[in-house]
Amino acid sequence: MKSSYECVVIGGGPAGMAAAVAAKRNGIKDILIIEREKVLGGILNQCIHNGFGVHHFKEELTGPEYSSRMIDLVRAENIESLLDCMVLSVDTKDRTVHAISPEHGYLQIKAKAIVLAMGCRERTRGAIRIYGSRPSGVFTAGTAQRLMNIDGYMPGKKVVILGSGDIGLVMARRLTLEGAKVEMVVELMPYSNGLPRNTVECLYDYNIPLLLSHTVVQIHGKERVTGVTIAKVDENGRPIKETERFVDCDTLLLSVGLIPENEISRGAGVQLDPMTQGAIVGESYQTNVEGIFSCGNVLHVHDVVDFVTEESSVCGEGVARYIAKNLQNEITHKLTPGEGIRSIVPQTINLNNLNEKVKLYMRVKEISEKRAVVASIGDQIIAKKRDIKFLPAQTVTLELKKKDLLTAAGNEVVISVQ
Amino acid sequence: MDTKKLICICCPIGCELQVNKTENGVEVTGNKCPRGKKYALSEIEAPKRYVTSTVKIEGWMYPVISVKTKEPIPKENIFEVMNVLSDVTIKAPVHVGEIVVKNILNLGVDIIATRNTD
Ligand code: SF4
Repeated sequence: MKSSYECVVIGGGPAGMAAAVAAKRNGIKDILIIEREKVLGGILNQCIHNGFGVHHFKEELTGPEYSSRMIDLVRAENIESLLDCMVLSVDTKDRTVHAISPEHGYLQIKAKAIVLAMGCRERTRGAIRIYGSRPSGVFTAGTAQRLMNIDGYMPGKKVVILGSGDIGLVMARRLTLEGAKVEMVVELMPYSNGLPRNTVECLYDYNIPLLLSHTVVQIHGKERVTGVTIAKVDENGRPIKETERFVDCDTLLLSVGLIPENEISRGAGVQLDPMTQGAIVGESYQTNVEGIFSCGNVLHVHDVVDFVTEESSVCGEGVARYIAKNLQNEITHKLTPGEGIRSIVPQTINLNNLNEKVKLYMRVKEISEKRAVVASIGDQIIAKKRDIKFLPAQTVTLELKKKDLLTAAGNEVVISVQ
Repeated sequence: MDTKKLICICCPIGCELQVNKTENGVEVTGNKCPRGKKYALSEIEAPKRYVTSTVKIEGWMYPVISVKTKEPIPKENIFEVMNVLSDVTIKAPVHVGEIVVKNILNLGVDIIATRNTD
């Protein structure tokens, strides 16, 4: 290991690996991936179910198979990685990464470019403020997944799951297969937050009830969870007192959302978007801080890993351009969420950095059927995509062509659902 | 007459399907497109699923490693397969695609590893 690199990538999950591979393929020789686990692969290693890679590898892989392929690419490109190493901060003045590892102690590594690819973490009990005692047996779904699939422990025997996100659904099946009784999945919203496929293959297959418009209002138990009180909620998501009932269980899993892990980004002065809770980036995934890039779940929470790989590859190309001094800083176009759109990534464009087009990743605010996502500058429509259904839980993508951006008068692109 | 309710998983719409078994055959309603019918028929006749799980492993940094059925297996055999897997212990090194249990329960499907130990 050296004390300075052309590019340091923080995080060795799919985003960090894809960015490193793309940077290498675009001429950057000197790259270091820093990963806090003892292996590369990130969250994919514990997602042992299948359904990954349908777009990118054109076959259905399990999470570990997907990450193995990415690791093979990293090795084939001879990219150096530093495992079991925790990055503490990024100093932007001299672009130095401060890190610590059991093997090397305290490290300072200089870089021309830094890619932030730290991923996201789960919202916890504290984040959603469930009332009650504080016994053991309350886990986030991802923690339970790690305990079962990597460390070989059973988190509990009689389980209630709060939140119908895909991790919660997948864990409902996983626990059932290993002999636990999953009493129910409780979802605050009036619709399931998971893919229909997971609702069917993880819940219906095993007769696990899904209670929509319900929530957990209290956790019981002294040493260990002994049960939870659930209640129906009204249109505003407030629990209805008369509908409260006790459910006997020893474990509560929380699958109530993910938050990009941006402590290092904030410390480095990277500007964040309140909607994505990740960095504000340009078309090459550059942040407002010179030489610092961001991609993957730390930038915005993804539903499909193939989108992570795709966007991170664009980021890696951007890094290569930047190091070759071919990346322009100014912003020529801004992307603004209009009616029905919650968030857009990237948020800005410099036309001169585009080859032919830029792909946008968006989230809609609510469920709608037979609508279109429309991009317009002034009253000129430059791109449009129809779909039979838009769901808040699913990424919507849209491509803008360079030539359309060039010819339209104006530099604010508004995207809306129409 | 036998009625079964299903949700089509072939696209995000997730149509609620009803399948009626009558003397004249199987009738599917609720599908907005032909794919829904095809899905319902396969679900009624011979539903199959991939099973993904873990088995114990010795000589590696973690005590378990992920595996899967190489092909989907009949839904009704899932728990039997899980039972067999709970007694399997393998030794490192292991690589993606290597057979962990050959022809499990004589279903004609192998259990393969989905992760590398090195
Ligand atoms: S029946 Fe057709 S439209 Fe309905 S969910 Fe299935 S594939 Fe989609």
